[in-house]
Amino acid sequence: MPRTVAPWEIKRETLVKAEDRTDPSFGCKPEERQPEESMKFGVINLDKPAGPSSHEVAAWVKRILKLEHVGHGGTLEA
Amino acid sequence: MTGVLPVTLEESTKVVQALLYSGKEYVCVMKLHGNLPEDQVRKVLKEFEDAIYQRPPLRASVKRQLRTRRIYYLDFLEMDGRNVLFKVGCEGGTYIRKLCFDVGEVLGCGAHMQELRRTRAGPFVEDNCVRLHDMAYWFMQWQEKKDEKFLKKFVQPMEQALASVPKIYIRDSAVDAVCHGANLTAPGVLRLESGIMEGSLLAVFSLKGEAVALARAAASSEHILSMDHGVVAKVERVLMPRGTYPRCWKSGEKVDEQKP
Repeated sequence: MPRTVAPWEIKRETLVKAEDRTDPSFGCKPEERQPEESMKFGVINLDKPAGPSSHEVAAWVKRILKLEHVGHGGTLEA
Repeated sequence: MTGVLPVTLEESTKVVQALLYSGKEYVCVMKLHGNLPEDQVRKVLKEFEDAIYQRPPLRASVKRQLRTRRIYYLDFLEMDGRNVLFKVGCEGGTYIRKLCFDVGEVLGCGAHMQELRRTRAGPFVEDNCVRLHDMAYWFMQWQEKKDEKFLKKFVQPMEQALASVPKIYIRDSAVDAVCHGANLTAPGVLRLESGIMEGSLLAVFSLKGEAVALARAAASSEHILSMDHGVVAKVERVLMPRGTYPRCWKSGEKVDEQKP
């Protein structure tokens, strides 16, 4: 059985279909967002401590950062 | 159990769908219930480097039906008495506790999961993950000093969560239509990544590198490249707020006047 390549090991190349330019007056590069915006469109790569559940940890983040919505990617059991 | 847990904030919560299905990597200590030689353990672990069947455990939040999960790699690291340390790369939704139990069954002596640390969740790796108290500290520093560098220490743009999802870059003029839930059609496509297959999840990006939506491919990369009309991808989750880009499509009714 050949080993399946993990998704993060896949190398992709960019294929060009057409050329066009983007208008700088709309939108914004992700790394140039205003601080409030970068929070709103942000993700934290958190190191989960042992003990509390993933859900609880996400709720703590929500409380500490005074946010309205948080989610977590993939439950890591307590 | 500790390790990488990507936490999405506010608007970015919409990308969790992509993270849940993304691959994971763990480092695990498995405790054997008997004494076995190292080469036997190594051999059995290698046998699991394949598609495996798993029924979710009793205490699970998903339907308990038999499902297959792919193990990308399962590397033996070291062994001390009955403790076996290994590293496993697997599809999202693989239960490592179950994997340890099954390895124990094949070995004949039985085994259980002793210790687990997640070292990767999709594109997020252990190297740059932040601890809760560091996060709280940097957040306070940012609030007091209003210096963006503290925010940058713990928050990454949501586009980072889509790093290993294949992408399609679209014209400015197509952005707002996609934000309103329209399917992506061929004329809007500027660039795309190779390896997209019909039915695979992809991310629609603007030329500025902003995430616009998550979509399901309606054709392969090669096919999309040759298309001059028709639907390229079906939008599943809009990520960018409507009205970020100007509306460029013709329609008799004014959709924007409606309440959101």
